[in-house]
Amino acid sequence: MSRDHILHKVRTALGRSAGQAPAPAPEVRLRLPEMDLEARLRSFSAALEALGGTFRRAASQEDARAQVAALLDGRSAVASNSPYLAGCGITALGGVRSGFTEEPGLRSLCATADVGITSADFGLADTGSLVLLSSRNEARMISLLPPVHVAVLAKELILTGLDELFTTRALPGEASSSMVLITGPSRTADIEQILIRGVHGPGEIHVIVV
Amino acid sequence: MMTAPEKQFQETLANAGLQSAVYSATGRLMDKRRATVCAEALPDYQELRQQANAIKKHTLENLDHYLEQFEAGVAARGGKVVWCKDGAEAAGFLTRLAREKDARLLAKVKSMTTEEFGLNELLEQQGLEPVESDLGEFIVQLARSRPYHIVAPALNLTRHDVAGLFTRTLGVEHETVPENQTKIARRVLREKFLAADMGISGANFLVADSGAVVLVTNEGNGRMCTTLPKVHVAIAGIEKLIPRAQDLAVFLKLLGRSATGQPLTVYTSFLAGPRRPGEIDGPQEFYVLLLDNGRTRLLVDREKRQSLYCIRCGACLNHCPVYRKIGGHNYPWVYSGPIGKVISPQFRGIGQDPWLPFASSLCGACAEVCPVKIELPGLLLELRSEIVRSKRLEGKSRLERLGFRAWSWLMRHPRLYELAGMMGSLVAAGDGEAWLKKLSFVPNIGPLKAWTSERDIPPLPPRSFRQLWRTRRAGSAAPPAPDRERERADNAPEPGD
Amino acid sequence: MPRKVALFVTCIVDQVFPEVGLATADVLERLGYSVDFPEKQTCCGQPAFNSGYRDEARHVACHCLDVLEGADYVVVPSGSCASMITRHYEELFARDVRRLDQARRLAPRVWEFSKFLLEVAGVDDVGARYDGVVTYHDSCHGLRELGIKEGPRRLLARVKGLTLREMDIPEECCGFGGTFSVKFPSISGGMSRTKIESIMKTGADAVVGADASCLLQLRGALSRDGLPVKTVHLAQVLASR
Repeated sequence: MSRDHILHKVRTALGRSAGQAPAPAPEVRLRLPEMDLEARLRSFSAALEALGGTFRRAASQEDARAQVAALLDGRSAVASNSPYLAGCGITALGGVRSGFTEEPGLRSLCATADVGITSADFGLADTGSLVLLSSRNEARMISLLPPVHVAVLAKELILTGLDELFTTRALPGEASSSMVLITGPSRTADIEQILIRGVHGPGEIHVIVV
Repeated sequence: MMTAPEKQFQETLANAGLQSAVYSATGRLMDKRRATVCAEALPDYQELRQQANAIKKHTLENLDHYLEQFEAGVAARGGKVVWCKDGAEAAGFLTRLAREKDARLLAKVKSMTTEEFGLNELLEQQGLEPVESDLGEFIVQLARSRPYHIVAPALNLTRHDVAGLFTRTLGVEHETVPENQTKIARRVLREKFLAADMGISGANFLVADSGAVVLVTNEGNGRMCTTLPKVHVAIAGIEKLIPRAQDLAVFLKLLGRSATGQPLTVYTSFLAGPRRPGEIDGPQEFYVLLLDNGRTRLLVDREKRQSLYCIRCGACLNHCPVYRKIGGHNYPWVYSGPIGKVISPQFRGIGQDPWLPFASSLCGACAEVCPVKIELPGLLLELRSEIVRSKRLEGKSRLERLGFRAWSWLMRHPRLYELAGMMGSLVAAGDGEAWLKKLSFVPNIGPLKAWTSERDIPPLPPRSFRQLWRTRRAGSAAPPAPDRERERADNAPEPGD
Repeated sequence: MPRKVALFVTCIVDQVFPEVGLATADVLERLGYSVDFPEKQTCCGQPAFNSGYRDEARHVACHCLDVLEGADYVVVPSGSCASMITRHYEELFARDVRRLDQARRLAPRVWEFSKFLLEVAGVDDVGARYDGVVTYHDSCHGLRELGIKEGPRRLLARVKGLTLREMDIPEECCGFGGTFSVKFPSISGGMSRTKIESIMKTGADAVVGADASCLLQLRGALSRDGLPVKTVHLAQVLASR
């Protein structure tokens, strides 16, 4: 009832009738800059570090595993089901739990783990953002609940920025019910505009690009 | 309120601590914004603004289409759209849903839309426990106050205010270090997130081609509220639509920069329906409440429709010299600053607080920074004219109307205008303000009194420009020799003389 | 180069700051222009327009259109009044075809003083000398409606003996805003004090502006606070020798 009421008011205000086709929309504006991989990585690294995150390069998947092990330094961690992490051997590291397919178990672990380890679908060079689409391989809470987030991804996944992301994924909702862009550690400036990291989400974010 | 709360303004202006807090906080936000939209940082900033404006214009002009497309998209992904004429309908739906789900604890993401109708109070009256999870909004909720600023709700409070508030309401030790205060909030709210039965959010954008809700937060509370509880309900005004996900490439670049000087806010969530088969977490139910609450009224007028383009970045507040003086709580409704002056009268009717659109020097700083290019001063002028026409201004305004009528007549009669000017300077001849006293019999002395409450009146010149000009022309065709008035110009205004 | 200009001095200059009008004429005459002052001029109508009294504003605007009809160039020592005529008359007469046409014909011939010097006369050095340190206040309407920002600074840079010291907030409103200044005196006064603080920090002896209304506000507030800073219109600086 409210539906018809509101739509009727909208149409009356606009002078449109039900089912009337919309006027042509302004053309989509997406600009793809030319940027080679090296430049993308430099930009990503600079942007992320400016936000208080850290950026590491790994020479190989084994190297990535070693770097994650060093980062963990014995702390407990929960890793996503991403085949990329398993391929790096990260899920096999001591203290790392992985392989959860049900929410309750994952939730209680994420609520207590020191570190959450994920891969990422993309990185965005200009803003230092990670893009994660929720799936059976990537649960949302691993990058959210633990105080430290470590992400490991292949270098080719670093796109130039939002424009390239939305060119590659014109309809992000088709693949997943959730796409999240993570740009640096959780932060607030709500008390006297003083910047504080790690409010609700992770206060630390480490990105390792293989 | 029919007339402006001048007393309250004066109190705010006399509060030195508050003045400096508001001025420096907004000043910092201005600097940060500038650094991220300047030509070096974002060369196509003006193009993006133009595109954002064009998209909003187009969407609103075809809004019914996009609303239906959005609704179908949400349904296709297993979510449900609920249409709400007003806040009461929205609160009613939430209450029924909470009962049905046996939910009591509701974790909430900051939403200006829900502030419009005091959702939290309505839910509390029904025995539910809504908890604001944005740190600033959490503080505001504990203080049982209302947001001081669209993006920085607790901008008016100091760490000491927060310390007292936390001790009083949370029973924690007195803690004045913001970092530790944040930890306290994190601890308290983490429990709430994990225990919450429902997550309630607003929406920064509704994406028609995806049936998706887009939420941006810095703290991660938006993700918490939309990941952990079984049910997610987003409440959004119908104006929040954009046609395509790809349009986000434009809007996201503008929103974070304009609001807080961040190229992107920390967390941007693109949420298309409940969790899908195979996905491990996320809400099992997903509702979007499409709220009118007066918005369709704003759609009617072609010009004023642009008031609905607003993406609530708060830049116009930060750049408004009036907001920076009187802060957020002297505005009569939840929306403060220039955008508040423009939308409050349209949402609530121009009869309520008719002084509001006049509380602007029309400096235009707001329009200059608006990421969607809303012509705020133009809209204020339009509203002023409507208010004058509706004769909503009481008492004093009748005199004002007469005054403007007389003025208008005088301005069309140059000789009488000149005569009036001569009389003025005759009365005012000589010393500064003494002439004011002579004039005190004039009934409508109000404006003069208001002027002199803050400023001196410059000594009026003995002769007007036109009189001097005649003398100059009569004297010779050559450039004039210095005379008394030119002396006055050269030695210029010595204050206090 | 057109040699004849009409001066629209604005009501505030006519009644309160006649010296600004004379200075404007001086500068133009020294550049070789023959200056005409259409004597029937009064006000552009802005006070009523900004206060919501559109009918009253329209009547005055009609008068103004008639008075300025036929002039090749109209020079206005105020960005605010120039913008009223060039931009807002269009809105005011949206439903009056004849007046709208008249307004549209007039608009391109109306020039704010500093823009006229730079863009029509094509000079940035008018041969002025002004000894002192000044700061420049960007008047809102000139700045944001007409894009006047670098122009006055270019003109000031060529004045011998003058040092320009920028404020930290040159673009912030002085708080005048026409009837706003008397409808909301405390806010308006507060705004002018913020501006004045910034002016004082520069250590300038004078604040220069291109709009007499802002100078009225600033002068009144400076005087109230007993501060020894002069307020001077750009035309007065450029007319000094």
